[in-house]
Amino acid sequence: MTLKLSWGNRPRQAQRVTTLTSRHEGIPTESSLLPFGNGRSYGDVCLNEHGVLLATRNLDHFINFDPKIGVLECEAGILLSEITKHTLPHGWFLPVTPGTAFITLGGAIANDIHGKNHHRAGCFGAHVLSFELHRSNGEWFCCSPSEHADLFTATIGGLGLTGLITTASIQLRQVQGPWLTGSSHRFANLQGFFDLSSVADESNEYTVAWVDCCAAGRRLGRGVFMLANHTHGDGSITARTPLRLPFTPPISLINRYSVKLFNEVYYRRRSAEKSVARWHYQEFFYPLDRLLEWNKVYGPAGFFQYQCVIPEQDAARHLKEMLGRVAATSSASFLAVLKKLGSIRSVGLLSFARPGITLAMDFPNHGSRTLALLDSLDAITREAGGAVYPAKDARMSSESFQQYYPAWREFSGFIDPNFSSSFWRRVTENIKK
Amino acid sequence: MTKILIMGATSAIAQATARIFAAQGASLYLIARDPQKLADVAADLKIRGAKNVFSRTLNARELDQYRQVVEDAATQLAGLDAALVAHGTLSDQQACEQSIDRLVDEFTTNALSVMALCTELANYFSAQKHGTIAAISSVAGDRGRKSNYVYASSKAAINCFLSGMGQRLSKSGVKVVVVKPGFVISPMTAAFKKSALWATPTAIAPVVAQAMIRGTPVVYVPWFWRPIMLIIRAIPERLFRRLSF
Repeated sequence: MTLKLSWGNRPRQAQRVTTLTSRHEGIPTESSLLPFGNGRSYGDVCLNEHGVLLATRNLDHFINFDPKIGVLECEAGILLSEITKHTLPHGWFLPVTPGTAFITLGGAIANDIHGKNHHRAGCFGAHVLSFELHRSNGEWFCCSPSEHADLFTATIGGLGLTGLITTASIQLRQVQGPWLTGSSHRFANLQGFFDLSSVADESNEYTVAWVDCCAAGRRLGRGVFMLANHTHGDGSITARTPLRLPFTPPISLINRYSVKLFNEVYYRRRSAEKSVARWHYQEFFYPLDRLLEWNKVYGPAGFFQYQCVIPEQDAARHLKEMLGRVAATSSASFLAVLKKLGSIRSVGLLSFARPGITLAMDFPNHGSRTLALLDSLDAITREAGGAVYPAKDARMSSESFQQYYPAWREFSGFIDPNFSSSFWRRVTENIKK
Repeated sequence: MTKILIMGATSAIAQATARIFAAQGASLYLIARDPQKLADVAADLKIRGAKNVFSRTLNARELDQYRQVVEDAATQLAGLDAALVAHGTLSDQQACEQSIDRLVDEFTTNALSVMALCTELANYFSAQKHGTIAAISSVAGDRGRKSNYVYASSKAAINCFLSGMGQRLSKSGVKVVVVKPGFVISPMTAAFKKSALWATPTAIAPVVAQAMIRGTPVVYVPWFWRPIMLIIRAIPERLFRRLSF
């Protein structure tokens, strides 16, 4: 049994790891399997306590790339960073990218990830042309919107439970180079975010806002709004040399003082207000990839991430209440992100993204105090008719999950009988029938 | 370095190193046992930027094939600048203690086949007066331990062999590089418990590629294995016999 950790460094669960070495080899016959990519999910969707994790990182071969039409076929264990490195010189970029490039293609599909262009492009699943799904009984299916469409929609956002995705074919997006141009704007409170977002989303491909979770009262929900579009221009596409946090500090470096200081500086810094900004794509999309293993700053106790989406109607009221509650506690979040999700329907049965405003926050793990805060946030999300993102979650109750994802019963019919995860057992077992 | 033969091309270290040369636009001649895995690797390297990729399936123990293999590589690639010999198996020590057939098989795969291929490469490169031969050995070859002395002695054999061959070829402009990895996280070592000493193939590949380009005679990857092995080699044999690591 090996201790395998997810990005939040908790829960700490022991499981066996089987390393897959070839996509032609099929799936081991053991019981309770779960694919494990690069371990960037925050909680337990990528864990399988007392079970077996199928490590997919060696399935990282390109199979086919057509630079004329931007269709890429590769194995599912490849990292998005590797994909971009090889397709960007040909003028093709990921159709949708999350805030880190260090996730696998399989993970992007299984969590149906979204990005800063959700209002334009929808989720990652909308750009998946097909994939190969291997099941534990030896069967395998080529799934696409027209072939085995039911398995296709169950597997996109299916949290790795429907079988092992070995290869996938995706449609890339044409770009002129590695650069983005746009602007950056301070907003003084939550209403400022809504005003900027309603204008900017109409005419810009990427929009996102950072929020100061320590600000309260009149300044509640203040932050910095960024918008960007791809632009031309040459430049290196190679990764900057990343730094690495060499060890886990004995206590979390993130506390109310450091967060308050950081947020104040981040809000006041000069470049927060810029009418013309130019970013390298890595700087714009993946600022934290610069610091490898940044999750260690939270110390050995790890951290929680809370990401919810709140339907737009009444979103201001609900978000105000959430931010107010967070600002009032001492476990203030240092990385908080606000983004309006668009109305493009997610492909997956269990996809998280839906129209509304999404708010993502990190909290150092202070045990029951943090859990109580997150439960109170869940009460707001439930009341608002929103949802919490499984990829980020380590604690939502089964009642909450089942309210957020009413399709879960239909979905469970597609689960491979030999597949399971700590997350799935947590949110579906021990429920009142 | 533009025309490279890679033996054991589906191994983790070979793949990671080949990806570096592919990104530089090299032409590659890949050799491996499993045709399906070989085809996967070949397609992958082509997309990663290799100018041309040729592949050939071969069981390393077919010692009489190597002359033809080197000739074929040189024909397909229209020349040959370097070779990376990266095939091998992690011998089952206990099985080899019980079976002479197993012992001979392991030595054929890990030592004799390397010597045979390197001999053919040496003759080819010395005739053209340039070329680089790099072989993946192991830190294990620096001292025989009870847990893996069959594997270790096959690596020790190629270390000694390549040291002499490097001396022979030094005047003819041919470089011989012995790569000694420590613990590497790969399918070959999937069953081992990992510690902080373990490195990934992606982490060591740039060092291997650089050693090939520079012609470094012996390179430990990661570097810290050099002082570790210096100490382990310095332990007097009388004391070493009583140790149990």
